Amino acid sequence: MMPERHTMVQLERVSKVYQKSAVPAVQEISLEIPTGEFLVLVGESGCGKTTTLKMINRLVEPSAGRIVVDGQDVMSSNPIELRRAIGYVFQGIGLFPHMTVAENVGIVPRLLRWEPSAIAHRVDELMGMMGLASEEYLQRMPSELSGGQQQRVGVARALAGRPKILLMDEPFGALDPVTRDALQREFQSLQKSIGLTVVMVTHDMTEALLLADRIAVMQQGRLLQIGTPREMLTHPGDAHITTLLETPRRQAASLERVLKPGQL
Amino acid sequence: MNPRLAEQLATLPDTFSHHLLLSLSALLTGILVCFPLAILVSRIKALQWPALALASVVQTIPGLALLALMVPLLGQIGFLPAFLALVLYSMLPILHNTVSGIVGLDRSILEAARGIGMGPAQQLLQVELPLAAPVIVAGIRTSAVWIVGTATLATPVGATSLGNHIFSGLQTQNPTAVVVGCLAAAALAMTLDQLIGWLQRAAERRSYRSGLAAGASLICLFLVGLLPLASRWGPGTTSSTQVVVGAKTFTEQYVLAEFLRLTLEQAGLEAESKTSLGSTILFDALAKGEVDCYVDYSGTLWANLMKRSDIPPRDVLIEELARWLENSHQVTLLGILGFENTYALALPEETAKRHGISDLAELAPHTPRLRIGSDYEFFGRPEWRSLKDQYGLRFSEQRTFDPSLMYAAIQAGSVDVISAYSTDGRIIDYNLVVLGDPKGALPPYDAVLLLSAAAARRPELVAALTAVLGKISNATMRQANKLVDQQKRSIPEAAVFVQRTVHSGKRSGLAVPPSLLREICPSLMGRTFDPKVFHYGREIRPEGIQYPPRWEHVACRKSIRRFAKQPNCFASLYARRISLFSRCPT
Repeated sequence: MMPERHTMVQLERVSKVYQKSAVPAVQEISLEIPTGEFLVLVGESGCGKTTTLKMINRLVEPSAGRIVVDGQDVMSSNPIELRRAIGYVFQGIGLFPHMTVAENVGIVPRLLRWEPSAIAHRVDELMGMMGLASEEYLQRMPSELSGGQQQRVGVARALAGRPKILLMDEPFGALDPVTRDALQREFQSLQKSIGLTVVMVTHDMTEALLLADRIAVMQQGRLLQIGTPREMLTHPGDAHITTLLETPRRQAASLERVLKPGQL
Repeated sequence: MNPRLAEQLATLPDTFSHHLLLSLSALLTGILVCFPLAILVSRIKALQWPALALASVVQTIPGLALLALMVPLLGQIGFLPAFLALVLYSMLPILHNTVSGIVGLDRSILEAARGIGMGPAQQLLQVELPLAAPVIVAGIRTSAVWIVGTATLATPVGATSLGNHIFSGLQTQNPTAVVVGCLAAAALAMTLDQLIGWLQRAAERRSYRSGLAAGASLICLFLVGLLPLASRWGPGTTSSTQVVVGAKTFTEQYVLAEFLRLTLEQAGLEAESKTSLGSTILFDALAKGEVDCYVDYSGTLWANLMKRSDIPPRDVLIEELARWLENSHQVTLLGILGFENTYALALPEETAKRHGISDLAELAPHTPRLRIGSDYEFFGRPEWRSLKDQYGLRFSEQRTFDPSLMYAAIQAGSVDVISAYSTDGRIIDYNLVVLGDPKGALPPYDAVLLLSAAAARRPELVAALTAVLGKISNATMRQANKLVDQQKRSIPEAAVFVQRTVHSGKRSGLAVPPSLLREICPSLMGRTFDPKVFHYGREIRPEGIQYPPRWEHVACRKSIRRFAKQPNCFASLYARRISLFSRCPT
């Protein structure tokens, strides 16, 4: 039995032209993201993937086209309320260095004017979800945490307001491989368990293949192809995508060779 | 305790309070003005350059000049111009640090603030300001130290500050006063620096508790510092009837201000003195009625205010000056005090005796063998040219010294003649003889008592001050200056000395223009009393010589009283800006 999958985020022919540049950053992108999907936007630096992400919560306003989030056109909704309803995990983490872990995690509920007891409860819950012991970490400053711990706090902060959508801008980019892998897997299972709609940006095709329900590949502001990881690997529709897939393929092949020492 | 130190410490609480009030109110206003401005500037990039450039330009104006500029700009002296100048002066560090503190924040953190749904105000208050706080507080700290230092320069524009000790100490050669003023200012600056530094560290560590403690200490300092002022803020202490006596920045002026204050108080008038004011600032304050009376010098007013370069006879000069002051500034020249403080050539008594020199005419033939020393400006002044031309002075060498070194130079024999100030106490101290000026080449620098328009309308004040006119001789003034400068006595002591001399002295004579006398008081015509004749306090007819045609009448003390009792006599004299000028014999 298929659950009813209504569209959580919809982009219709969305373009963004920055004033100072002649080339549009994003050109006529159309996307439909159903509720509970983990969509990964992949592309090289400057391909417009981050701009696309930021347009979803109006950090960047589209020059043309329409974006609908949870049934409402973003341009007709209050940007501040919109952002509070959408979780955001920032590139470079973006924790507030002058606030404790507890204050960082509780900031959105505070902005939403929750009861202090409800905020404390929520913070505690999220710390548990992120595998951080509350009593040990709540009163620490972000600078006293490791990179992995900081990003866990960053994810906890993004989830604190119970958003239906989570936007993630290269969230795992700055982590060491072991931490990254652990966090990726934990996050994926969390996402599935709470049925969160996630839009993540990365330039790492391997990460996209491992995490995504669907991958959207972008180049020079255009959407090249969208499909499941399997579809990407089996039917890359573009030479550029083939190039992007080379690295994960080569890595996989190398690993296989290592696993079969007889062939070396 | 050393009496000089005790004297300084007695006034210290008051000056300290004023200094603190001035500094902290300027600092707080600076913060209140700069903070919103800096936030605006940090939001609108186009404003950044002009705002910071303007603040930098203000910063490059020397503190004293900025303070002095505020006086004509605001048209008043005292707290307000000093306060405004200090506010302007405080702006750059606060503005600069607040702007760079906010603009220099990590972009990604600001984007995070926006991205999680903070509004502009929430972003400013919850993220930008807390994060920029250490830099902002550092700016306030710099500003505080600058302000406390610069506030010492508020004294010459009429605001009480720790500069009162420094300025009067420098002028009266009282190092104790200078040190007390400097130490107090330095202590205040360092305390503020430490307390704000504490606040800064609290902001860096984001420790609210120590931030609160630092803030509380600052407020305590403020309150404790203001206690001496608060005790004076009772009802009706600053009445409009209080007479304000002004003084410029040198010993003689301090002594005279104190003397006039004493005189007024003894006449039952409330009086306070405002000393160490810049020369033109003081005159402007008098013209505006912020100062009620002070002593200036006829030649100075003649040259600096009237911009006249001719040297008319003394009586003409005073009459014209009085008329001009009344007409252009509504300032009343009440009369002369009796002494003059002019440039005068002086040489050691023994040299004078050896060569039989008593005046400039007798000095002239010796000049090719003599060297002359002077202060920085004398050789560039019209008086010197006039002297050289009229007497044919041809000195073998001209040397320029700092005034205090000039006396040492003549004592050491490095120079033979110096240009002294005629009332300088050191003339007595170094056994110098002041040479007469029979040709009148030097302009008269009579000490004249000036009144504001409001003061001139108060008969009791006019009467009290008229009583001292013509009573302070050159010798008295010189002795009073010497008491302070060489004998290290206090200003009030010297003022009491002047007062005692004035009261013991007798009026020896009176001279008024005959035409006026005939008109007002014909009964006094032709009566003579004293062989010495004085005009505006200056002896114009040595014994045995015929009176000059214009000044033929001399009256005794009794006659003066009778003269003054004539109906409309005083008023009539007064209307012509001529008073009863006399002096006591020296």
